[in-house]
Amino acid sequence: MRSEPVTRSVRPAATHFVAPLDETPLQAVDAVDTTSAPRSMWAEAGRNLVRNPVFLISAALIVVILFVAAFPGLLTGQDPNYGDISKANQPPSSEHPFGTTRQGYDVLARVLYGTRTSVMVGFFTMILATLIGGVLGALAGYVGGVFDAILSRVTDIFFAIPLILGAIVIANRVESMNVPMVILVLGVFGWTNVARIMRGSVISVKNQDFVTASTALGANSVTNLVKHVVPNAIAPVIVTATVNLGVYIVAEATLSFLGVGLPASSVSWGGDISDARPALRTQPMMLFYPSMALAITVLSFIMLGDAVRDALDPKARKR
Amino acid sequence: MDGRLFPFFPRPALPQPKVTDVIWYIGRRLLQMIPVFLGATLIVYLMAFVSSGDPIAAIAGDKPISPAVADKLRAQYNLDKPVLIQWLIYLGNLFQGDFGIGFNGRPIIDQIKAAFPVTFRLAIIAVVIESVFGVVAGVISGLKKGTLIDTTLLMVSLLVIAVPTFVIGFIAQFVLGVQLGVAPVNVGRDPSWQNLLVPGAVLGAVSFAYVLRLTRTSIAEVATADHVRTATAKGLSRGGVVSKHILRNSLIPVVTFIGADLGALMGGAIVTEGIFNISGIGSLLFRAIIDGESPMIVSVVTLLVIIFLVANLIVDLLYAVLDPRIRYAK
Repeated sequence: MRSEPVTRSVRPAATHFVAPLDETPLQAVDAVDTTSAPRSMWAEAGRNLVRNPVFLISAALIVVILFVAAFPGLLTGQDPNYGDISKANQPPSSEHPFGTTRQGYDVLARVLYGTRTSVMVGFFTMILATLIGGVLGALAGYVGGVFDAILSRVTDIFFAIPLILGAIVIANRVESMNVPMVILVLGVFGWTNVARIMRGSVISVKNQDFVTASTALGANSVTNLVKHVVPNAIAPVIVTATVNLGVYIVAEATLSFLGVGLPASSVSWGGDISDARPALRTQPMMLFYPSMALAITVLSFIMLGDAVRDALDPKARKR
Repeated sequence: MDGRLFPFFPRPALPQPKVTDVIWYIGRRLLQMIPVFLGATLIVYLMAFVSSGDPIAAIAGDKPISPAVADKLRAQYNLDKPVLIQWLIYLGNLFQGDFGIGFNGRPIIDQIKAAFPVTFRLAIIAVVIESVFGVVAGVISGLKKGTLIDTTLLMVSLLVIAVPTFVIGFIAQFVLGVQLGVAPVNVGRDPSWQNLLVPGAVLGAVSFAYVLRLTRTSIAEVATADHVRTATAKGLSRGGVVSKHILRNSLIPVVTFIGADLGALMGGAIVTEGIFNISGIGSLLFRAIIDGESPMIVSVVTLLVIIFLVANLIVDLLYAVLDPRIRYAK
């Protein structure tokens, strides 16, 4: 005879749910839940970016700056190149909200149209320098050996000549300076830090397993470099390029300030700041407006670079 | 007793850097400098000479010059020979300590000798200001990341980077020099250290901001490292942890930046010296560029490149002092 366990009467039997076998086909278990799949590095960075107030502020500022650069005429009715000497040194009025300069130019129009010059120089120099530096750096890092040694020495040579110094020497020689010339001059001396960062980044990526796997699957080295190494190595380059954009804008202003950049007939913040200097004592605002516009523009791009770096850096995320 | 738990176990000897290794390393680096030096001088030479119009016309100024005199001058400056030969002659003379004669008839080396100490002082002041203030502010900012003081310092650094040096220079000159009268407006010849204080600060301002940001990032990263927690756990004071374990480990990127910055500072002196009317290398160079005085341009830029290369070598040697794990391979 079998005696019932005492506990049975005290505690109700636990009810375990056992799923019927036919309700869980293997396909359902194996199916990948795409809604919670790991996001790519860029998607993750994008999610972090839109939550970052620094990014939102800088992006908003950049949108405004780009709008002003594209349509300065929508915001002022004045011609930046029309100086009415009978209306020189005027205080702010409804006609001239920021006043006029010593030559009777409208300050607001000069500041607004100057945005276009600065943004164009900054943006296209950034593209040119990133192309030169990115290609040379990627090739040096990926090919390695003697090729790397030669390219690295070439980079060192250009790195040893400060950006402003090299730019002044060339710019002074060029007879007719214009915006494309400034871009070329700054690009020729401004690519070295991009090349160094690209090289280091490519070297750290090229020995990773997924590149080896791609080689094992039969990819040639060009495919490897273009499809696998560069996309995974480009993040620090983008950060540097964004910050560089601000540096190039300051460099263009410095060239114009020194009198070797854009000619006096073109509208440039650097030239305007230089022109405002003699009147610093009596009309400090003439210096203030273009300086402020320059500072805000540069600041926006530096902040954007900071935000992108933080978003791409997993260490900075866990705060 | 030497305080160790098991004095009978020999303490593993830390490998000391061998003097011969360091000498080999310096020798190798000096060899690497040669192509960089040659390349940089060649580029500057090409930029200064080839693209120029007629240097003889620059010497002559506004007055016309007779063809005979022009030919003689061309021969004197070797302008009648191909550019590469000119460059080789220039290099040959340079290695014999001969920098050539400036357009004003004075030997270039004399003019550089007169101007160099001024700019050197200016750069030293800039480097001291940017490193001391930059590192101190960066440490405070990095240790108190996310607090009000950190945000304030970060905003200040961003503002200093965004406002161009010449605007900072104007404002400093106007406020400190013209309005308050605490600093000279024009520095002029043979300035004292004191007179160069404000221009030096202006020159170092942008780098100060970069040093601050670099130190901040680096400190914040090291502050959470395992060895720092260990140091705190074994009872070291906060000051000891910061100075011995956090700061030393986080200074390498900062020192790299400051070393590379020395050359850029000398170049950046063009703007600062122009604003404060300092007769240093920067104003010498700028005048030479505007006048098309190619031999002077090449000589000054060559000097700046040498300073840049030597400063970088010193930085690389400092690495081993900061981080004993770094060894110089033969």
